Amino acid sequence: MEQELGIVKWIWLIPLLPFLAAGLTALMRKEQRQPAQALVIGAMSISFLLSCCMLAKVLTHSHGEETFRKVVNFVWFTSGAATHLELGFVLDSLSALMLIVVSLVGLVIFIFSIGYMDEDENAARFFTFLSLFAGSMLGLVIANSLLLLFMFWELVGLSSYILIGFWYFKPSAAAAAKKAFIVTRVGDIGFFFGLLMLFYATGTSILFNQVASGAIQTAGLHRIEAVGILHESFFGLQLAIPFAVLLALMIFCGAAGKSGQFPLHVWLPDAMEGPTPVSALIHAATMVAAGVFLVARMYPVFELHGGDALKVVAIIGAFTALMAAVIGCAQFDIKRILAYSTVSQLGYMMMALGVGGYVAGMFHLFTHAFFKALLFLGAGSIIHACHHEQDIRNMGGLLKKMPVTAWSYLIGTGALCGIFPLAGFWSKDDILLDAFYSANVPYNIPFFFGTAAAILTAFYMTRQCIYVFFGEMRGSHLHPHESRAVMTIPLCLLAGASVLVGVLYGWPSIGGAKIHHFLAPERSAPPFQWRFAAVMMLPALVGILAGYLVYWRSRSRLKGLEPMEKLLGASGFAPIYRAIQNKFYFDEIYDATVVAFNGWLARAADIVDRIVIDGLIWILGVAVRALSILSQWMDDSGINRGFDEACEGIRDASASNRAIIQTGALQRYLKFLAAGVAVLFLILVLL
Amino acid sequence: MLTLTIWISFLGAAAIALMPAQNKHAIRWTALGTASLALLVAIVHYFKYDIPKAGFQFGFDAPWIPQIGAGFHFGVDGFSLPLVLLTGIIAVTGILYSWNIEDRVKEFFTLFLVLIGGVYGVFQALDIFLIFLFYEIAIIPKYFIIAIWGSTRKEYGAMKLVLYSLVGSSMVFIGMLAMFFVSGAKTFDIVQLRQMSEAGVFPAYFQLWAFPLIFVGFGILGGLVPFHTWAPTGHVAAPTAASMLLAGVVMKLGTYGALRVGIYLMPDGLAAWKWPVALLAVIGIVYGALIAFVQKDFKFVIGYSSVSHMGFVLLGLVTLNVIGLSGAILQMFSHGILSGLLFAVVGRLVYDRTHTRQLADLGGLYKAIPFAAVVFFIAGFASAGLPGFSGFVAELQILIGSWKAFPAFAVVAGFGIVMTFVYILRAMHAAFIGDSEQDAEKWKKLPPITWPEKVASILLIGCSLVVGIYPGIMTDLIDSAAVPFIQNLFIQSGH
Repeated sequence: MEQELGIVKWIWLIPLLPFLAAGLTALMRKEQRQPAQALVIGAMSISFLLSCCMLAKVLTHSHGEETFRKVVNFVWFTSGAATHLELGFVLDSLSALMLIVVSLVGLVIFIFSIGYMDEDENAARFFTFLSLFAGSMLGLVIANSLLLLFMFWELVGLSSYILIGFWYFKPSAAAAAKKAFIVTRVGDIGFFFGLLMLFYATGTSILFNQVASGAIQTAGLHRIEAVGILHESFFGLQLAIPFAVLLALMIFCGAAGKSGQFPLHVWLPDAMEGPTPVSALIHAATMVAAGVFLVARMYPVFELHGGDALKVVAIIGAFTALMAAVIGCAQFDIKRILAYSTVSQLGYMMMALGVGGYVAGMFHLFTHAFFKALLFLGAGSIIHACHHEQDIRNMGGLLKKMPVTAWSYLIGTGALCGIFPLAGFWSKDDILLDAFYSANVPYNIPFFFGTAAAILTAFYMTRQCIYVFFGEMRGSHLHPHESRAVMTIPLCLLAGASVLVGVLYGWPSIGGAKIHHFLAPERSAPPFQWRFAAVMMLPALVGILAGYLVYWRSRSRLKGLEPMEKLLGASGFAPIYRAIQNKFYFDEIYDATVVAFNGWLARAADIVDRIVIDGLIWILGVAVRALSILSQWMDDSGINRGFDEACEGIRDASASNRAIIQTGALQRYLKFLAAGVAVLFLILVLL
Repeated sequence: MLTLTIWISFLGAAAIALMPAQNKHAIRWTALGTASLALLVAIVHYFKYDIPKAGFQFGFDAPWIPQIGAGFHFGVDGFSLPLVLLTGIIAVTGILYSWNIEDRVKEFFTLFLVLIGGVYGVFQALDIFLIFLFYEIAIIPKYFIIAIWGSTRKEYGAMKLVLYSLVGSSMVFIGMLAMFFVSGAKTFDIVQLRQMSEAGVFPAYFQLWAFPLIFVGFGILGGLVPFHTWAPTGHVAAPTAASMLLAGVVMKLGTYGALRVGIYLMPDGLAAWKWPVALLAVIGIVYGALIAFVQKDFKFVIGYSSVSHMGFVLLGLVTLNVIGLSGAILQMFSHGILSGLLFAVVGRLVYDRTHTRQLADLGGLYKAIPFAAVVFFIAGFASAGLPGFSGFVAELQILIGSWKAFPAFAVVAGFGIVMTFVYILRAMHAAFIGDSEQDAEKWKKLPPITWPEKVASILLIGCSLVVGIYPGIMTDLIDSAAVPFIQNLFIQSGH
């Protein structure tokens, strides 16, 4: 079947251009900042335009129930006749959506970075790394092969590591970079096993191809199901797990690592040590959503075997959403609050996918990318103005001093809390609607967790806004002022997007079913209900009201304890507050268990190597030496001595006889010699 | 004629031996010229190799000691040609990284080229006796290079290396004689022995005891746990170029010998012993990585990383499927390049400047020598399996192969990869990251990176990158040998 590719033929240019820009700027000198910025932003703009073309292609070519999907596949290398490792790119509604998110948000944040990094002497390098990230992320979303996806996944992780540690001279930044890389790497190894399992079961590394025999198309899914149930006995414990479920859960390990899901969420808040544009782009809008994207991409596998794997996804997601929202209520670093909020929202998306709300999850990813990028860039603008002060207790009254930043930030807050008609309202409502009607997890746990998280989200965002924008400036040394246009214009753009995308795609009479129709025409979902949506505004309002009641009074003067600590302390819950403030001691627990165990094991292995193995060799050496000493002794005392003594004995015994011959008189010897010669001569003659 | 690589190296060594010792520059350039010429010959033959035809090419066969059936038989196939290329690359870069040696330059480069010639010989010889000869030619100069130009317990390190190698050789020697007598054909010729092996001349019970002799004998040099402890000590004691050679090619002599003489001639023996060998390989991967994590000496970290990475080679070798075997050869190539680079950074770019390798004393070097930091960063991540570099492709192949053969071991080996990142990051942060005033003061007077160092580093990174992005450049060649080998294996054993 010949497929008409058209512009899709050039889809690989989208990731390639930022890669090339990264390569070229890497060769530039530190001082060539302007050309570097121009090159990177130029490449990204072209990628964005191409992404728009791709989206247009999908929009114009999808009709009815048929899913639009075009692929460009090629063989990477072969190993024998049986093993072809194929890679490829795919354009369908999911990748088109992600392309737009990544390239648009990326472009806006690149422009913002010009202002934010203006005082940094390594700004040119910063743009190189941003471009490397953008290339990897754009490649990730269009990969049509789990292997290629994994490769870009790792490159994304690498660029995240470099960018978190961009200010490597801060020990906390270097440590955070290391932690982020290693924690996500733990999840990635599960992903890698999933990759091997998928390859093993389906015999192909391609996800989709033209003849529907890709790994997650009908034929491939059949092969995965055909593997059946794995029986393993594990220390006497009989385990039976369907292969399909195990495969899905392995892939979910990778997704959980990247998307900061419990129990691998610990790296994401620390990642805020990176420059704020990085936090906005990578650790809020795009990379951390890659895990959600991965689950969405592999959704057919997750749905196998009655969707058992999705139950796990739903529970982990719901738990993460609530847990992170709780922690977010007791943090003071403006970026950390947003980081926990990101963890919580990612949990939301996972939960959505888990309860069967494929479209809702991706819709939330889409809207969240805009308003969370907005919030982070707003925080960046504030931090930039406050000379890198990040503690919200030292801020205050910024509404008057930085009006553009403040108002756009408030729009972002509203969108995050789910206030009608901002973006978050529509997608969050969609998720809760799906959770409400889903019977995937018993007792509707995801729905209740999600609702509780929504209340808490509104609460901590209200708290943060009151601290930052209202009352009086508390940090006396700070003299903030509104940021430059290069920073405020991106804020306005994102604020506009945060207002519009929800309405355009969510409002029933405008967008409504459009997003459903676009992403998954073949899936049915509960239709939007105004009544349900109205009720679901309540959690947000409750949260805002609670935040207002607790914090409004102390907006100007903040002496002594945090109001909530006071409140909880008064009712005897002080330890709980401390536990929340300390992030439930996850870091400490990991330090005491996994990290300590690894260190202990490593030291034990080192000792084994130095003492046991080299010791055995040493003993062997000593034994050989002992053997040689023994042989010497045997030689000396046994063989040699016996021989020597025998010789001595013979000499002594025959001394008298020999004395006759051995006189030492030369003439006598000559006589014997002459006699001997004579005898020989005689013999010779006679013979 | 690919054998020119051997003779060019020996001739170069002889030429340098005849040159006046005080003319150091001429000696360096002669050595570089010799190694480059040999590399050029290897590259030309890489392109001339007829992949569809496969088999041994660029052959040369002449009687040598007819009484025992030893011949001058040379030739390369898809297993050995990548390693010949690797030898050339490591030789050239090793000389570039040794540009600053001022002490006994003449003797150093003479021994260096003799060693290189010996290694070229092992990879091309098709006669066990000849392999053995070249193998010994490679080991003797090694001793002197370490004992004279080395550091940190150099005599001990050199002696340990040589003793271990000789123990290995003696085991190989016994196995070799056993094959000679059991085959009854009075020949050491590998091609003939292989034909006999296919005809079933080596009975299963014979292979059962002769295979481990050969495999372990060669495996000792390939870092087979628990016979690996010579490697870290030897690497640390050796001067930079010698550590590069040691990790880059000499360890490959071991795994190559294990393949060419052990697995190639006695596949039934491997089939019987594959579980224990795979277990040792996986232990090596994890154990080496764990130990690397707690080393205080920067070079010991890389030394143990070699043990860990060679575990992947051994694991790939025993998977008995095309992709695993192909991955093992590619890992030899990749690890040769990347460990060479890592040792160059630690030994040449860092130690020769800072005169300490204790991680506690280093720190904050990024500011002083950013080039070294970037190279270490790339080499470390590449060796840990970052996509885009050769290490990823090799580890991917080995893990796919071992996933088919021994899934549980593949899982453990996968965790080994995580641990690689952990120790590489730890060492990197300890040595290069940090920005205290004290560090800045301490490293203020470090000499800048020189041009030979830059050329060599970029060359090695380039090689790894090319193979990582377009693996076909190597895998097509490797598969031309691996595919028929594995097919024969299955025909023979009737699968």
